Amino acid sequence: MPVSMSIITVNNLSKQFKSLTAVDDISFSVNEGEVFGFLGPNGAGKTTTINILCTLLSPTSGTAAIAGHDCVARPDQVRASIGLIFQDTTLDTGLTAYENLKFHAYLYNLDHKLTGRRIDEMLEVVELTGRKNDLIKNFSGGMKRRLEIARGLLHYPRVLFLDEPTLGLDPQTRNTIWEFINTLRKREKITVFMTTHYMEEAENCDRIAIIDHGKIIAENTPAKLKEMVHGDIVRLVTEDNARAIAEIRQAFGITAKEENGGIFLEVERGEEFIPKLIHGLPVRTRSVNLQKPTLNDVFLKLTGRTIRDDVLTDDKETTREFVRSHRRAQR
Amino acid sequence: MIQWRPVYVICMREFIKFFREKSRLLGTLARPVLWLFVVGNGMSSLIKPQAGFSYLQFIFPGMIGMTILFSSIFSSISIVWDREFGFMKEMLVAPISRTSIVIGKAISGTFISVAQAVIILVLIPFLGIQITFLQFIEVVGVSVLVSFCITSMGILIAARLTSFDGFNIIMNFLVMPMLFLSGAMYPVTSMPPALRHLTQINPLTYGIDAFKHVLLRNGTPPLGPEFPIMLDLAVVTAISLAMITLAALSFRKKE
Repeated sequence: MPVSMSIITVNNLSKQFKSLTAVDDISFSVNEGEVFGFLGPNGAGKTTTINILCTLLSPTSGTAAIAGHDCVARPDQVRASIGLIFQDTTLDTGLTAYENLKFHAYLYNLDHKLTGRRIDEMLEVVELTGRKNDLIKNFSGGMKRRLEIARGLLHYPRVLFLDEPTLGLDPQTRNTIWEFINTLRKREKITVFMTTHYMEEAENCDRIAIIDHGKIIAENTPAKLKEMVHGDIVRLVTEDNARAIAEIRQAFGITAKEENGGIFLEVERGEEFIPKLIHGLPVRTRSVNLQKPTLNDVFLKLTGRTIRDDVLTDDKETTREFVRSHRRAQR
Repeated sequence: MIQWRPVYVICMREFIKFFREKSRLLGTLARPVLWLFVVGNGMSSLIKPQAGFSYLQFIFPGMIGMTILFSSIFSSISIVWDREFGFMKEMLVAPISRTSIVIGKAISGTFISVAQAVIILVLIPFLGIQITFLQFIEVVGVSVLVSFCITSMGILIAARLTSFDGFNIIMNFLVMPMLFLSGAMYPVTSMPPALRHLTQINPLTYGIDAFKHVLLRNGTPPLGPEFPIMLDLAVVTAISLAMITLAALSFRKKE
């Protein structure tokens, strides 16, 4: 299979909700077998994009196609070739795990003879075989997510969409969920399209598009994106910070700054610089700390803001409110 | 375009949930019993039997209608519930037509209502009515028609309700008036003209009148049936078809 074969193609896609442009002229493509991530703060347009791709919303302009099927013209073919895991759970809590999967198999017209075996197989992968006949209302958040992943892959989709797959889960459960996703991804040979505003989660992607205010502002591998931030940050605490700053300027031509009783400086290849620094500095050093740039620093550099929940929750609410009132107005 | 496997599985889901929720079954059965034996007996002291039928016997067809009304509305409003708790999305993103979802909901709602109407028939021996097997079949037939009509109407409403807040409004401004203006508790022909006109546009009026034809054989107004049976069946059928078509259409909309 050629690596360059793209399974998702999006061209000049826009979505307008009255005065709010939720998605603003975005274009990208995702290769078969890739894990592609949309990273951005809440309200950036990630969910709107997913909703267009999974045919729940019509775009205002532009085109989107999955596995060669146009999302507007051929919604049924698109739907049959994708699996979805939404932000909020979409399981029926009044049914058992098995019943939820069986419902799904019937909706997707899975071969009758295969259904039972396939359900058992998927339950086993997500380690829920023992809970097969338990009602979902007795499941924990992590168990529900695992079942949804099993369900999303039940009908052999070619692309799996994950909208904030670990939102609201504790860090440990988050890791487990990712182990399952990675196992299944290799096993089922699928392409993954995901959105997230967690930096650590974005690290699981082969390629990331950073999205803000409906626009893609950068797109590359996580490593390449991090190279956009010049250098690493070296923090050190010395016995005489003022003198250290002066010595560093003289010896290396770098301006270090004071910060919380220590100093910090930006250099490229920090791990190679530290031995030279310690060796060349006449002041005694108490501690050294090297910080590699994170995707958050990339976002910070590109937008001047950080992707943080508290700052941007309002933004998300605004979008939601817009979408809601728009829907009401349409009715 | 209707896909029958999805329709089947949507129905199965509703049946499983219906039998799991014992309180719902109990609630729908307790209501008519309460009306019949508390309200019915209370009113019997005021209204004398006429043309061989007592008031208690008169309201029995109305109680079947009421059971169907509440059950059908409750079934169809589950769409709002599904939307609120996210399950609707699972159906909306599946490769099935919106019409299949609507038909699945309509069929399951109809079955559940008919089942409850049939259960209500166990009260018959306590009312001094005797029915033949043929009458039983006729009651089931009319129940299917009326249940389908009300369920379709409920789906049409549910397709337009965006949140559960609207449910109380529907109950107070639609369901209760439909019950009171249906001839379930008093004959409609003797009502003041303004109210009588409202009863004439209420599908439940004709449904309950059809039940009176079947259960109160040879009855005459005011306590017996008030319209020709053919008119009853024609009106309910026509409204059913209109409602299910509109419901399917309103479900197809997409932003």
